[in-house]
Amino acid sequence: MKRIIYEEIEGKSRAFIKLAAALLGLIVIALSAAYYMEHNGHIVTGMNNQIVWGIPHVFAIFLIVAASGALNVASISSVFGKTAYKPLAPLSGLVAIALLMGGLSILVLDLGRPDRLIVAMTHYNFSSIFAWNMIFYNGFIAIVIVYLWMLMEGRFNKYSRQVGIAAFIWRLMLTTATGSIFGFLVAREAYDAAIMAPMFIVLSFSIGLAIFLLVLYAAYQWTERPIGMATIKRLKNLLGVFVAAVMFLVAIFHLTNLYAAEHESVEHFMLSGSGYAFIFWVFQIGLGSILPLIYFYHPNFKDDVRFMLRGAGLVLLGGFSQVYVIVIGGQAYPLELFPGYEVTSSFYDGEIASYIPSFPEILLGIGGIAIAGFIVLFAVKLLKFLPTSLADEDVDPHYRHKN
Amino acid sequence: MTQVKDLTDPSRRKFVGASVGVTGAMLIGPGIFLHQVAQAKPDAEAVTDKVRWGMLVDTNKCATGCDDCVNACAKENGWANEKGPDEVKVQWMRKVDLKEKSTGREASLPVMCQHCEKPPCVDVCPTGASFKREDGIVLVDKHICIGCRYCMMACPYKARSFVHSPVENHDDYMPRGMGVVESCTFCVHLVDKDKSPACVTSCKEKALLFGDLNNKNSEIAIRVAKENSRQIRQDLKTNPGVRYQGI
Amino acid sequence: MIQQFNTLSLTSRLGVIVGLILVLVLVTPIFADVPKPAIPQAKGDKCIADTDYMRRNHMDLLLHQRDLTMHEGIRVREKSLKNCLTCHAVYNKQKQAVSYKDKRHFCNSCHSYAAVKIDCFECHTSTPMAKDKNSGI
Repeated sequence: MKRIIYEEIEGKSRAFIKLAAALLGLIVIALSAAYYMEHNGHIVTGMNNQIVWGIPHVFAIFLIVAASGALNVASISSVFGKTAYKPLAPLSGLVAIALLMGGLSILVLDLGRPDRLIVAMTHYNFSSIFAWNMIFYNGFIAIVIVYLWMLMEGRFNKYSRQVGIAAFIWRLMLTTATGSIFGFLVAREAYDAAIMAPMFIVLSFSIGLAIFLLVLYAAYQWTERPIGMATIKRLKNLLGVFVAAVMFLVAIFHLTNLYAAEHESVEHFMLSGSGYAFIFWVFQIGLGSILPLIYFYHPNFKDDVRFMLRGAGLVLLGGFSQVYVIVIGGQAYPLELFPGYEVTSSFYDGEIASYIPSFPEILLGIGGIAIAGFIVLFAVKLLKFLPTSLADEDVDPHYRHKN
Repeated sequence: MTQVKDLTDPSRRKFVGASVGVTGAMLIGPGIFLHQVAQAKPDAEAVTDKVRWGMLVDTNKCATGCDDCVNACAKENGWANEKGPDEVKVQWMRKVDLKEKSTGREASLPVMCQHCEKPPCVDVCPTGASFKREDGIVLVDKHICIGCRYCMMACPYKARSFVHSPVENHDDYMPRGMGVVESCTFCVHLVDKDKSPACVTSCKEKALLFGDLNNKNSEIAIRVAKENSRQIRQDLKTNPGVRYQGI
Repeated sequence: MIQQFNTLSLTSRLGVIVGLILVLVLVTPIFADVPKPAIPQAKGDKCIADTDYMRRNHMDLLLHQRDLTMHEGIRVREKSLKNCLTCHAVYNKQKQAVSYKDKRHFCNSCHSYAAVKIDCFECHTSTPMAKDKNSGI
């Protein structure tokens, strides 16, 4: 295996400038949407007193969960010693930071009082998993920056393993805490489950790697640097394992709930009695899990890079749908204050809540993705994140010339 | 630097408070002051956990279609004239109409913040804005609330509301504004002056009873010790301060 | 001088320009002629502390008292925001107290000059309270 040379991308082409401009444009639009929401109040959004967390939170949680998963590739090289993943480590750390910052921006801009961010930073209620999340998110950015530094500065390479282990442990705690935001809520029938934390961890593996695969491929295609099939295939096969693991945990979650009479009606709601059931079966399971697995492993598709990319895209669609069903669907199902009673009130007790995302919310969510993209775009131009070549002969330790 | 002048005079204040209270109790009809007035808390003293405020709702006296308590709360706390669609309107308390599925029996009752002993909303608030006062009243410190709505996700009783639009006419006694979360305060501004919450005072049927659950001689403590009552979602073991009879 | 400027590297040129802008932005306000605010006289004598002390420390007093009232139920009338507003109320020609939206409001008169945005009155009423409220305390 040849020595890997990392180099900044040139970043002067018209396409690069157009992409940067487009991302900046989306960011500006998102900021205007956030200002509009803050100035006029959340009445301009689709969120209400029944569905208190909406599309911005779906985007934010998706990005934050993906962020911790994107670091996986670097962790596999540093923590588990797989040299084949080593050239990908710096980009992995970068994508992780970028996704997290994108997700956090959405979360902060959606707050009822975003001007009180300083208050949030200085008043901590340590029994709140939300407060712990804030510590984990900020710590993650710090640790990954140090990790990148260890990876990218030659004389510190020897420390990259220890820092990599610390980063790996930290990111596991982060995703556990994110899953526990929902898992700790006793009030809501669709949440209140210990499996939420591990499910989020495995989901992070899945969508983080899918995003990383797509970003990696795009980066190499658009800069016309060579990338070999061995690298893509390795990532694709790993992604398939994660997709299957997510399906497994989702199955366990629902099967366990179905066993209890207590959860019968909420399971009926989630699996067969609502629009969320449609999203679950068609988008999360069908298009988001089963079809990608076919694309990744079926002999007809598994060696075709187009299907690898389509599969990764579908995994993202499935992951997004999963977060949507969890966040929105979980709130739509009414709180059961009086089991065994029919309930009506002026505050929508006993009613399934409806939610229609509004434009400002969707624009804010897209802006978060744009922020992540912009950070990656400029970082690879400023610093040496990308190897000059990921061709098979340069990176594959088991490469044998075909002739 | 000049010293800050301390203007409080506890003994004089206590005398004035007690005499006003006794005179008031004689002048105003029974049912308004439902707890001991002789124990008037001096203004400058902090609340303690010697007291635990609670409410007893007798749903047998609650009529379907009557929402006097809800209207009184809305007027007292300034959320009566909110603009906007129903889904975003703030509701500190609401009347819930029940029909038991297996028997067909109907009932009606007001639901508000249950002022739990172990409030899930307090556990989850990232800044500590959602807190429980020593005397059991669960409040939102709107100065440090960042409007994240996590407490709304966590409350099993759907007691909390988020203010979705700017507040135009500020109430003198219950400051409230856009972008923060709020809920029933047991009319803490009245309770601290030894009065009862507005809902309790307004109920013509005397269905609501407010008092100190820790005081064995208070009417509410006597009644809950003698008569059957239950809490909503008792299984969650949050131990709410609001108890219901007749359901 | 322009010639020497042109020989510098791109980064250095950017640095010089940014530095010049910073100097301009920071120094020119000294020469601005914004009139000092006309702070309306309050009713009566000082109630908490003298003017100098209050000018510097009113925020700390407000925050401390706010926490005491909110978390411990300590309600001392003289230290309450309502009391501040009663003495410091400014009245217009119709004998009505002006609200925070008006530039003549006591808090606004200084805060708009100091360009420090306050958000007390997003929630709190900024005029003395109405005397005839049902729950009259």
